[in-house]
Amino acid sequence: MPNATPDLTLTARKLTRSFGNQPVIHDVSLQLKRGEVLGLLGHNGAGKSTTMQMLTGCLLPDSGSIEICGIDLLRHPTQAKAHIGYLPETPPLYRELTVRDYLVFAARLRGMQSADVPAALALALQRCGLTDKSKKLIGTLSKGYQQRVGIAQAIIHQPAVIILDEPTVGLDPTQIREIRALIRELGNRHSVILSTHLLGEVESICDRVEIMQHGKLIYGDTSARMQQYGQVSGFTVSLRNPPALSALQDIIGVTHVEQLSERQFRVLHTTEHNPSAELLTLAAQHGWQLEQLTPLQARLEDVFVKITDEQSTDIKDVARTESVAARTVEGVNK
Amino acid sequence: MIRLLALRELRSLFSMPSTWFVLAVLQFIFAWFFLARLDAFLEIQPQLAQVANAPGVTASIAAPLFNVIALLLMMLVPMFTMRLIAEERRNQTLTLLLSSPLSSAQIVLGKFFGLMLFLMVLMATTPMMLYTLQLGTSLDHGLLWSNVLGLVLLSACYAALGLYISALTSQPIIAAIGALAVLLGLWLADIGSSALDSPWHQLSPLNHFQNFNYGLLDSGDAAYFVLFSAVFLLLAMKRLNNNRVYG
Repeated sequence: MPNATPDLTLTARKLTRSFGNQPVIHDVSLQLKRGEVLGLLGHNGAGKSTTMQMLTGCLLPDSGSIEICGIDLLRHPTQAKAHIGYLPETPPLYRELTVRDYLVFAARLRGMQSADVPAALALALQRCGLTDKSKKLIGTLSKGYQQRVGIAQAIIHQPAVIILDEPTVGLDPTQIREIRALIRELGNRHSVILSTHLLGEVESICDRVEIMQHGKLIYGDTSARMQQYGQVSGFTVSLRNPPALSALQDIIGVTHVEQLSERQFRVLHTTEHNPSAELLTLAAQHGWQLEQLTPLQARLEDVFVKITDEQSTDIKDVARTESVAARTVEGVNK
Repeated sequence: MIRLLALRELRSLFSMPSTWFVLAVLQFIFAWFFLARLDAFLEIQPQLAQVANAPGVTASIAAPLFNVIALLLMMLVPMFTMRLIAEERRNQTLTLLLSSPLSSAQIVLGKFFGLMLFLMVLMATTPMMLYTLQLGTSLDHGLLWSNVLGLVLLSACYAALGLYISALTSQPIIAAIGALAVLLGLWLADIGSSALDSPWHQLSPLNHFQNFNYGLLDSGDAAYFVLFSAVFLLLAMKRLNNNRVYG
């Protein structure tokens, strides 16, 4: 079944899944374009791994559909799976094999012709920094290297969709940086979905973020825009020779000024009018001696907590009685 | 794909020192039985020479030896089948197979043929040992090869059953004990029921091996072995599919 938009590598529609009577995933829909890195964020137990298992065909959804490169995963699993590379939470490694043998096996398993394997093997080894470990038994490698072998098996056959479940767990900071650079590089040519609860990872490598909570997608946007979510426009300013507080407050566009220390102020302003240029001219004119001017940046952590908290409050709100709702309205009116 | 999986299985088996140890010990046991039978045969040979239509060297040495091996395999094959799926599940390597473009049938058959290749290597020395007798006497090739064929079919039964039980659990030890319990149960039911037409005889794989052991090729026995293996292989495929449904 050819897809109308070839750029769309993965489409999941209205996936639901329950284990026994316990619903785990409700109504999850995802789309992924070529050359995009999607971060799946969420607390532990939010349903990230279950979603990934469904996207890779390891777990059947109760309802919903998944298309990989336009091929229906549920109806034509073998064709669709050839386009997937998957690194589960625990890397699926045969400890008794050498890195080389294991990766050759993984490549052939995904249907690669044996003639193409040596080149793919060399590339995957080089990309994951495993070239000098290729003859070692996997069982003798450290956790970090085993994780790299896990990533190597997911990318060796150059799949259109790469799904990585917490790829940087257990790596040291240098390795984390290398692997993130690798994922970013892969993201330019393939589509990557990675799940994580490390927000720094999302900030540094993901184009797009989906936040998952209690088995639902509650927020989806580009990671740049997520950072702006709920952000206050403002900056902190340090002046060696500060004027009176009112002088700063009088600048057009400034809504609020707070003195942080003797020389430091936090200035909030309206989104339409950024008063920093004016502040600079005034500082020069009056000899305030500006030392530093830093825009306020919402940290992704704060944003994440804010979004998940809002969602939890929403859920609680629904359950509340009318009288409480009335009180809230009252509060708003005040 | 099936070949790839089978070869991977073999490679994993041969990269474990325990496999080599088991192989060595088994060869020693097989050789011991062979020499014991040979010794016994040489002792009674003068008496046999006076009997008309006495059993030949193949019937006196090869047939009992194959019978012993058939019994030993019943206890040994579960030790090899236990790892097949249970260990992959426990080490979470099954995910690699489930997320690869493979059907459950390919996974199951790959593992089955991988193990069968290994079992054939394990048994291959037995006919070789027996053929050394040809230096001094002539052998009954028909009897010898009907035994070999019977043994291969019998071990296919054991392997299929063990593979299915391995697919049910994530604990290799449970898989081994489960398969051993079923095989021993079938055997004990067979030798325990005294009535000649008892259905228990028909259920036991070892009973169906007896005709091969006497040099009789009965298509009924062969069909039993093929059906027995096919049923458990199909059940194992079904179980792997359920893995996707129930998680």
